[in-house]
Amino acid sequence: MYANENEEEGGGAKRAQDAGEATNASFLRFAVVGSGPAGFYTADRLLKTFQNAAVDIIERLPTPFGLIRSGVAPDHPETKAVINQFSAVAAGERVGFFGNVTLGKDVSVEELQQLYHGVVLAYGAESCRTLGAPGEDLPNVLSAREFVWWYNGHPDYVSLPVDLESAETAVILGQGNVALDCARILLRNTDELAKTDIAAHALEALRKSKVRRVLVVGRRGPAQAACTAKEVREILGGGLATGLKDVKITIHDSDLQTTALDQEEMKASRTHRRVFDLLQKAASRPPPAGATKELEWVFFRSPVSFYASKDEQGKQTVGGVRFQKTRLEGGGNGRSQRAVGLAEFEDVPAGLVLRSIGYKSLPVPGLPFDYQKGVVPHQQGRVLSSEGASASASGAPAGEVPGLYVVGWLKRGPTGIIGTNLIDAEETVASIAEDAKRGLIGGFDAARQGGEGLRLLLRDKGVTHVPFEGWKRIDAVEVERGADKGKPREKMVDVQEMVKVAGSTS
Amino acid sequence: MMKAEAAGQRESSLSGSFGRHQSRGFAAEAAALADEKETIQVTFVDKNGEEKQIRVPMGVNMLQAAHDNDIELEGACEGSLACSTCHVIIMDQDLYDKMEEPSDEENDMLDLAFGLTETSRLGCQVVASPELDGMKLRLPAATRNFYVDGHKPEPH
Ligand SMILES: Cc1cc2nc3c(=O)[nH]c(=O)nc-3n(C[C@H](O)[C@H](O)[C@H](O)COP(=O)(O)OP(=O)(O)OC[C@H]3O[C@@H](n4cnc5c(N)ncnc54)[C@H](O)[C@@H]3O)c2cc1C
Ligand SMILES: NC(=O)c1ccc[n+]([C@@H]2O[C@H](COP(=O)([O-])OP(=O)(O)OC[C@H]3O[C@@H](n4cnc5c(N)ncnc54)[C@H](OP(=O)(O)O)[C@@H]3O)[C@@H](O)[C@H]2O)c1
Ligand code: FES
Repeated sequence: MYANENEEEGGGAKRAQDAGEATNASFLRFAVVGSGPAGFYTADRLLKTFQNAAVDIIERLPTPFGLIRSGVAPDHPETKAVINQFSAVAAGERVGFFGNVTLGKDVSVEELQQLYHGVVLAYGAESCRTLGAPGEDLPNVLSAREFVWWYNGHPDYVSLPVDLESAETAVILGQGNVALDCARILLRNTDELAKTDIAAHALEALRKSKVRRVLVVGRRGPAQAACTAKEVREILGGGLATGLKDVKITIHDSDLQTTALDQEEMKASRTHRRVFDLLQKAASRPPPAGATKELEWVFFRSPVSFYASKDEQGKQTVGGVRFQKTRLEGGGNGRSQRAVGLAEFEDVPAGLVLRSIGYKSLPVPGLPFDYQKGVVPHQQGRVLSSEGASASASGAPAGEVPGLYVVGWLKRGPTGIIGTNLIDAEETVASIAEDAKRGLIGGFDAARQGGEGLRLLLRDKGVTHVPFEGWKRIDAVEVERGADKGKPREKMVDVQEMVKVAGSTS
Repeated sequence: MMKAEAAGQRESSLSGSFGRHQSRGFAAEAAALADEKETIQVTFVDKNGEEKQIRVPMGVNMLQAAHDNDIELEGACEGSLACSTCHVIIMDQDLYDKMEEPSDEENDMLDLAFGLTETSRLGCQVVASPELDGMKLRLPAATRNFYVDGHKPEPH
């Protein structure tokens, strides 16, 4: 009687408790590590699937919601509305929140496995791909991930050394939605940004920014751009209320010539087709009167190296990017074409470079990890041991680590929107439900004390965790501080301050 | 289905400047008051193929109607055209053809909807009107096995 989807939500908790107290055997305890969309959707689906389960969410920051808080752009408040749903999940009786607890540091995978019947890893992708190109570590060559965390007030990147005052031209490598987010933040009028939840330090730096021209550079063509139509429409302005204003858009006609293979690719992808159409239309639109800034789309250029220059004070910084021109090769039969170098090079001066070529997950000690793909190996959400070998004593199929699951960017790699994680969570939770039915997880085990046990363990280790009520105090203070400035919130960026505010009782 | 109404109105009222938002609750009251002429009949078919018939007051969108009737339709952005989780499939092609075309903005989000079909719409953008009386909507069923190994699903 595990999977019991038809029961009403309300009475479920009580029944689960009764059942739990009576036998203890049927009560399941789950830990979900990471409180982004994948973690929260998984918690929600677990609670609905198992009326007799409790779920604890473990999060390394005192603040929940992952990239909804630290990734989604400040000028996209409507996207963050999902926080309301997630807060309702966290408020549930059967849910615990352990903020300020890091897997791999404060608690290990093994410790969680001992305390819980099931552990679901949803800790996202907190690193990024690099090019391995000479000069990549020059000052003002930054990863988009760091830049995004900086403007969104993630505590880890408050003091990112980003210099916007000695750069007039910024180059963004990559043409995904993250690249467009960064371009928008660099180009958007700061009076508009001042009404968002952008971090105070970033707003101040952007107000002084000298960046006037942003180049968004792709190694392939406009028929292959990785971004999606809504974000393109917005960045192209085009009179949209939320669009960029005062920005001249440059797209070169020569890049818009398509081949039969391009056409085939676009026919197969509605997104690519619609993005191409938008770019084509924008190419022939006259620039807005009085445009003071420029956004240029550059195609068929692959970054090779970064060269240095000296800023006004004589300090070494990035001077520009050397690109190799490319053409497309391969493709057909449903495959997309790839870029190959033409051995023709071009130097593009730029005082700021953001590398936006994709995120990557980090391994945690004791956890199987596929270093090549940068994800946890899995089968429909069931974690596979790195060796993929011996069948476990519990009778789980060969290679599967019983009771250990994965979801979200850590499972699929760093692609997909918020809603993708919902479908993904449903897959992982379906696997968990099957395992419970097959008796692979569950059953009475005095050691599996769930949240109670975790609380004791953390106390013994001297780790102060932040419960959801603690986050709500942080939230209230942030909103109050924001109100003074006409912002929806002013984010706290210091973990110590967060923990202090979370623990206050007033 | 997760219900948003319990949690603070704050994040949603934020969207006021960019998006639109309608209060819930209202629809339930309206439904109770309205006589049959002011409502239409809509059938939702859930992921397991089970049907539920409801009456929806004119002017109320299908996301709101679903939530007022305890039907599991997601609405991550609360109807402000910034997600695609409220994806529904109109089961009658002729009816779909008679409906007003989706706006560019709705199409932008439909691009990303999971399991897109020729008659897909966003529930929060389909508003009850007399022509839609008798409409049947299907919620897309998740396909298992779809996401193994970081496969990037691409709606066609
Ligand atoms: C810059 C950016 C902007 C985006 N904008 C949008 C958008 O506008 N709309 C949209 O639909 N999608 C957007 N996305 C995509 C969306 O954010 C992702 O699909 C989604 O956040 C992935 O969910 P996740 O839960 O797997 O990871 P995350 O959201 O990254 O959540 C992971 C969580 O785990 C925590 N964590 C990490 N390590 C540990 C550890 N060791 N122990 C404990 N906890 C840990 C992190 O602090 C974080 O809270 C954006 C992505 C990025 C990068
Ligand atoms: N508003 C939103 O909905 C929103 C906002 C932000 C992010 N997101 C989502 O979050 C996910 C991650 O976004 P993302 O922008 O980080 O990733 P992405 O969409 O995968 O884009 C990565 C970009 O980097 C390029 N790239 C990769 N390796 C490269 C290399 N070695 N040299 C040059 N270019 C290289 C890619 O080009 P190729 O195509 O040639 O590989 C592509 O243009 C996406 O699914 C995105 O849709 C959504
Ligand atoms: S609820 Fe987000 S688009 Fe309809």
